[in-house]
Amino acid sequence: MARRRITAATNHTDTPLLEVEDLRTSFRTPRGRVRAVNGVSLTLERGRTLGVVGESGSGKTVLARSIMGLLPRSNVERTGTIRYDGTDISDYSQAEMRHVWGPEMAMVFQDPMTSLNPVMRVGRQITESLRYHMDMDKAEANDLAVALLTSVGIPEPAKRVREYPHQLSGGMRQRVVIAIALACGPKLLLADEPTTALDVTVQAQILNLLDAQQRERFMAMVLVTHDLGVVAGRAHDIAVMYAGKIVEKATATRLFASMRMPYTEALLESIPKLEYRSHTRLASIPGRPPDLVNPPKGCSFAPRCRYAQERCLEEEPPLVPADDPGHLYACHFPVGTEAGREALARNEAEGRTPAQDEAEVSIVQPAGSGA
Amino acid sequence: MAGSGTAHLRDDRDDIVLRVEDLVVEFPAGRGRKVHAVSGISFDVAAKETLGIVGESGCGKSTTGKAIMRLVPLSGGTITFNGAEISSLRGSKLRALRQELQMIFQDPVSSINPRRPIGDVVAEPLEIWGHEGDTGSVVDKVLYDVGLDPEIARPKRRHEFSGGQCQRICIARALVLDPDVIICDEPVSALDVSVQAQILNLLEDMKERYGLTLVFIAHDLAVVKNVSDRVAVMYLGKICEIASPDDLYQGPSHPYSAALLSAIPLPDPTVVPDTVALDGDLPSPMNPPSGCRFRTRCPRAEERCAQEEPLVREIGPDHYVACHFPLVGGVAPPAGSTPVGVGSQR
Repeated sequence: MARRRITAATNHTDTPLLEVEDLRTSFRTPRGRVRAVNGVSLTLERGRTLGVVGESGSGKTVLARSIMGLLPRSNVERTGTIRYDGTDISDYSQAEMRHVWGPEMAMVFQDPMTSLNPVMRVGRQITESLRYHMDMDKAEANDLAVALLTSVGIPEPAKRVREYPHQLSGGMRQRVVIAIALACGPKLLLADEPTTALDVTVQAQILNLLDAQQRERFMAMVLVTHDLGVVAGRAHDIAVMYAGKIVEKATATRLFASMRMPYTEALLESIPKLEYRSHTRLASIPGRPPDLVNPPKGCSFAPRCRYAQERCLEEEPPLVPADDPGHLYACHFPVGTEAGREALARNEAEGRTPAQDEAEVSIVQPAGSGA
Repeated sequence: MAGSGTAHLRDDRDDIVLRVEDLVVEFPAGRGRKVHAVSGISFDVAAKETLGIVGESGCGKSTTGKAIMRLVPLSGGTITFNGAEISSLRGSKLRALRQELQMIFQDPVSSINPRRPIGDVVAEPLEIWGHEGDTGSVVDKVLYDVGLDPEIARPKRRHEFSGGQCQRICIARALVLDPDVIICDEPVSALDVSVQAQILNLLEDMKERYGLTLVFIAHDLAVVKNVSDRVAVMYLGKICEIASPDDLYQGPSHPYSAALLSAIPLPDPTVVPDTVALDGDLPSPMNPPSGCRFRTRCPRAEERCAQEEPLVREIGPDHYVACHFPLVGGVAPPAGSTPVGVGSQR
């Protein structure tokens, strides 16, 4: 077995921890090739959190799994480079990745009900990686497992290590999943919708826990979610994904203060806000994400976009920098600019966008107000 | 008992469609133990009103919804629907009731039969109740109303639809009998934010068009606030607070309501997330705490809360709370001030 371990010697503190360049992941299906991730590039520095936001089917989970090397073995094609700590890991085999998973990068999955082994005690699921990677003996590993459960806020940890997942609540199970991910001290944590299956109150607890652990350990974190509210106060940078591509990327404050991409705006507007009076009509995004087997020509958001013009249907907008450094967006008629305002005014005057047939219900007016 | 009491029932109104009084639902858990899912809650819903029920998993909100539908056995209490008591109905009378009382479930995909075309799924309630006339046109109309093209949708099966479309189909199936009341049990929690907004808008439209009364159950206070005329906050089988959504948001009185509100992530990076979120988990409903059931997690709990269960009482116009030490205007009143309503009991 080729042992290309990433050792402390390769730690270049001046290189970013994670560099992803033109990552493309596609699945072969009977209907054709599904391009789930279609040319994503990003960099992540140590100790920072990147929020990846998008609807179901935008490719955010496949992106996280592609970085982790957790894709199915067959009918998958992944191209592009993934550099971790200066080392190119894109052609690592599963056997080689095994030395990366745990001490270097770890993942927290969406559903704590199914990501734990139901017939193995919680303690053993934590000590498994400690004994494999850290060459610990049973007693040492067990002590560390108890310490880890304490640090993720599980009461009576010495008792809990002897329990099975079904004896724990959903929030507790997610804490155990986090403890497993943190066990070997990873430098990069990928959290794939870690709170989607949980209650609001438990969600706040888990996000606080991830925050605290990240700061304490100076980890880099990729936080994947469909809720802009979840990443707003937690992530340093936010990447908005749509149809397998990053369509806008900026620091969190910049993104919320001056978003350029109509999709980001639409996502934000569809969240019901507490300060709205009750019975406020919500702005929803009409339609659904495009078919990734036959993505539409031009901008993939154009069919649902209220700013869309003829040009959007023909020509795909590239990811271009905005005025502020580090802010990228992909739109011909960006929000908050003269071009965007004109495009919206034109569509409102027309009562429809060029992407729609006249027969369709207008998306320029709020959905449902017609008919 | 904590969270019990009927001060918030509106006896003076004559348009009450649904009234639940001292509802108790307990499930046997073996060896003589019981799960206290719902422990004596009361509420009423007026015609064309939406009552939101909000709380964490395990607080008994779904059981309450199912109890109204009579899908779970009641251990006590009465349910009155359009003036008639329905808590003791059985057999065919009970089944007939469900023409007036329909339910929408949390997971839209698993609540549709995968093997039947959508047209049949939506038409089934009509066939069961021997609808006279053209079933097809009724189905088409209701599918059209929920935003689906009947021609395209009718022959398809559920796997050909997205989650949001499946929820539209479930709404169509609930509407097809033109019921009075629909119980919506977490209808949007399995959906994306963008689709969630579509479904919430649709429910509001349908409420308007079909003159519905809704009971809307969810764990997200922001969602509940948006659709409700009145909100009941539940905790471990009891009602904590009941108020209009705008009042509840402006000034939550129960510490639990305040905690729920502060847990909602705000889409604004300038707001530092609240790090004093509610600690711990819900206590076991098999062995609920004495006194006020929230006291084990309550930042304001005192000796009295363990001894004595707070009753629901009015603290403002149409604003009721079950707490010994309620917050005033969403914050703790200054130390030394007498908690509202305490003086009269001493």
